[in-house]
Amino acid sequence: MTAYLLKRLIIAVLTLVLASMVVFAVMEILPGDPARLMLGLNASADQVEMLRDQMGLNAPLVLRYLHWAGGLLSLDFGRSYTYSVPVIDLVRERIAVSLPLALIALALSTVIAIPVGVFSASRQGRAGDTLVMGAAQLGVAVPNFWFALMLIYLFAVWLRLVPAGGFPGWGAGIWPALKSLILPAVALALPQAAILARVARSALIEVLNEDYIRTARAKGLPHRAVLWRHALRNAMIPVLTILGLQFAFLLAGTIIIENVFYLPGLGRLIFQAITQRDLIVVESIVMLLVAAVILINLLVDFSYAIVDPRLRGRQ
Amino acid sequence: MTMRVDLPEETLEGVLAKALGNRSFLIGLVVTLLIVAVALVSFVWTPYDVTKLVIADKTQAPSWTHLFGTDHFGRDILSMIMVGARNSIAVALVAVGIGMGIGVPLGAFAAARGGLADEALMRVNDLIFAFPALLSAIMITAIFGPGAVNAIIAIGIFNIPVFARVTRAGALAIWPREFILAARAAGKGMTRITVEHILPNIATLLLVQGTIQFALGILAEAGLSYVGLGAQPPMPSWGRMLFDAQTRMVTAPWMAIFPGMAIVITVLGLNLLGDGLADILDPKSRRRR
Repeated sequence: MTAYLLKRLIIAVLTLVLASMVVFAVMEILPGDPARLMLGLNASADQVEMLRDQMGLNAPLVLRYLHWAGGLLSLDFGRSYTYSVPVIDLVRERIAVSLPLALIALALSTVIAIPVGVFSASRQGRAGDTLVMGAAQLGVAVPNFWFALMLIYLFAVWLRLVPAGGFPGWGAGIWPALKSLILPAVALALPQAAILARVARSALIEVLNEDYIRTARAKGLPHRAVLWRHALRNAMIPVLTILGLQFAFLLAGTIIIENVFYLPGLGRLIFQAITQRDLIVVESIVMLLVAAVILINLLVDFSYAIVDPRLRGRQ
Repeated sequence: MTMRVDLPEETLEGVLAKALGNRSFLIGLVVTLLIVAVALVSFVWTPYDVTKLVIADKTQAPSWTHLFGTDHFGRDILSMIMVGARNSIAVALVAVGIGMGIGVPLGAFAAARGGLADEALMRVNDLIFAFPALLSAIMITAIFGPGAVNAIIAIGIFNIPVFARVTRAGALAIWPREFILAARAAGKGMTRITVEHILPNIATLLLVQGTIQFALGILAEAGLSYVGLGAQPPMPSWGRMLFDAQTRMVTAPWMAIFPGMAIVITVLGLNLLGDGLADILDPKSRRRR
């Protein structure tokens, strides 16, 4: 198992390094001089040159990359051009909204999808299955931001149960803060749950046709135990794979959904940064999200080893 | 000569008969053709001119004169949805083309060569997968500014590893077969075998994946133009219409309801088509999505 885990770890680190080179290269070819941007149009050429020296912009390309990448490792992302504060401070403030939102949505989607998948698989071809899978088929086709608008219309405008948008901050107390994350989380989670439920169902149906399931039934295990303990565990690999992929979609979805609900998260920050051409902020957030996706996929790879004992023995 | 040995017992009539008996395929096909027809008709006719602003008619509720109502500039929502269909279809289609055009040769090459080339390709795949389409779009927009073309590039880039993976997996299953060995013995080279024997045998896989990516492309395009990274006004696009509707949910909910339903119906149709195709062309295939 160590060999397997080590290989996945090396691949993840390699991907991360390559990704950082891509992001760095993209920002390198961008037009515009950060030093001039910071000093404004009236600065003299000498002043700009001095600041460029100070910011290390005149150093050779490789050195600049190493300096930037080294900074990332120590969570020093540089200073925002427009806010004049360290980027990490901006990120820390915003991540307190985005991360809980993504995690609540991920948890919600899993909690809905797995039981639905199990329900559907155990009634394969019957009315309940057809109905639930029809709903899932519809759910897959719904764009989360449109679903969000409909939820706002129903629950915030009509029923007035939750706020239509905005975020009071965690300082306002857990409940008011959570309350304003409910609709965004549901909007993110339901379309993802539809995909996950379909995957869980087809993986389970595959497993339920295996010989050892018949054996488990033959030795008199109750239906429930066969389904939840034996079948579900063996159907987890495809489910985990999709779950890992979904995290990437959830992060991207968070960026869009935050704009629907006016939540002050990373997504709002990145769009503000784009319009203000605050590229170091854009660069940092992209890098952060890419790192998160790579990390989650590494965790999924690790969890395979936990779920599938065969991988533990493999060299 | 191309050899089709994948489904030797299948005749064209057999496949057709199965297609006609597959509800998911039929519904999906009808819906997809309908949307394509609507987009085509919009080139020659729409109920109203979408480039003309009639402020006197702004935010009118659905009625017999404006079936889906009007937006904040008095434009007819139905006409805008028809024109918007063009944009959605064009972006998603070209993005699938980019993904197939680059991904399929890469995947086929990796499967044929194996070893280092294969390993390198899989790592590049990992790399691209680490950038969700939205992030690529954000970076591309940061460089070139927003626009439909950049949305196409961003979604297209994300499609490349998807097709590379499907092609590689499909090709790897074909390479050990006897008829490939026969082709090799006949002195055919790697490229010729790939073109003449491997690709025709995985064409159905690619068709199914193409349909799925088409649907995902429509969703992605809507998302990108919703946040302002896709098609720019005055070009009508479904995502952009939803953005305009957002601040008017209380006074003009129809502005949000109808474009959203257009997206849902289109994506649903394509997904049903893909599911149906998968069932018809390969009965053993598992549905993934």
